[in-house]
Amino acid sequence: MSMKATVRQVDSVTVVDVSGRITMGEACKQLREVIRGELAKGHKNLLLNLADVTYIDSSGIGELVSAYTAVSNQGGQLKLLNLTKKVHDLLQITKLYTVFDVHNDEAGAIGSFKTA
Amino acid sequence: MTFPVPYCSFVAGVICQLGMKPEASIVELTLDSKLKNVEVAEEAARSVSAKAGFDEETEFHVEMAVHEAVINAIYHGNKEDPRKKVHIKFLVTEEAIEIHVRDEGKGFDPSTLPDPLARENLLNISGRGIFLVRKFMDEFRVANFPGGGTEVIMVKHLTSRIPSNQGGTGREHEGDSTSG
Repeated sequence: MSMKATVRQVDSVTVVDVSGRITMGEACKQLREVIRGELAKGHKNLLLNLADVTYIDSSGIGELVSAYTAVSNQGGQLKLLNLTKKVHDLLQITKLYTVFDVHNDEAGAIGSFKTA
Repeated sequence: MTFPVPYCSFVAGVICQLGMKPEASIVELTLDSKLKNVEVAEEAARSVSAKAGFDEETEFHVEMAVHEAVINAIYHGNKEDPRKKVHIKFLVTEEAIEIHVRDEGKGFDPSTLPDPLARENLLNISGRGIFLVRKFMDEFRVANFPGGGTEVIMVKHLTSRIPSNQGGTGREHEGDSTSG
């Protein structure tokens, strides 16, 4: 299953619903283009909803880090929503869980941007 | 334990061979150096792990280790050269599953890889693949061959095997097909 990323706007937050496999190659490239595209539009509050991500590899993790850095460098915030157990465990193992602001409910995640 | 020939029936566009010896069940795959073939290796890892009797989480760990090792072989080892192959061998015994992933590249020294958990490397985009292989498998070693080629050898002991009366339950992966 390839990766799909759908963008929607909720208040001042751009939510990117990601599904499928975030792995080396096309999927990572596609995610990068979506994030860079939103930044180019001036959307700097990004919430990646990973609920339907079935698989992520080391390159996919690297792509999340790359997105986080790109958004931060432009004065924005990138947060993660609804991690599956596999993604959660991988972020724990790689010590990235404390780097990302991770949420389990969308309303709370959206609200956290407002108060940030 | 034996693995029937149809084990390799899902392999499309790749060369697949199967051999056996009395003391271990062996499954061998030879893949073209294309990233899309990683899913073929994953499928094989899932099947072999399930047949060996690992629990679902360990099965995923083995699959992920194979994914990372094969990506490494295709991308870093063979540099996606269509003339070069990736050779994968699964050996299953009563005690462990041993996996060999060999490329036809120039080799690498795992001791030179930076620690991805070090503070200064935490936000690096790459460098976590071999780390994850080491994390998920019980043994890991690398052999570089004088004539070219590197072999990653990884072992997972069958300590987390499902008791035989529970085998085959709750495995969402079994029976999945792979597009290759």
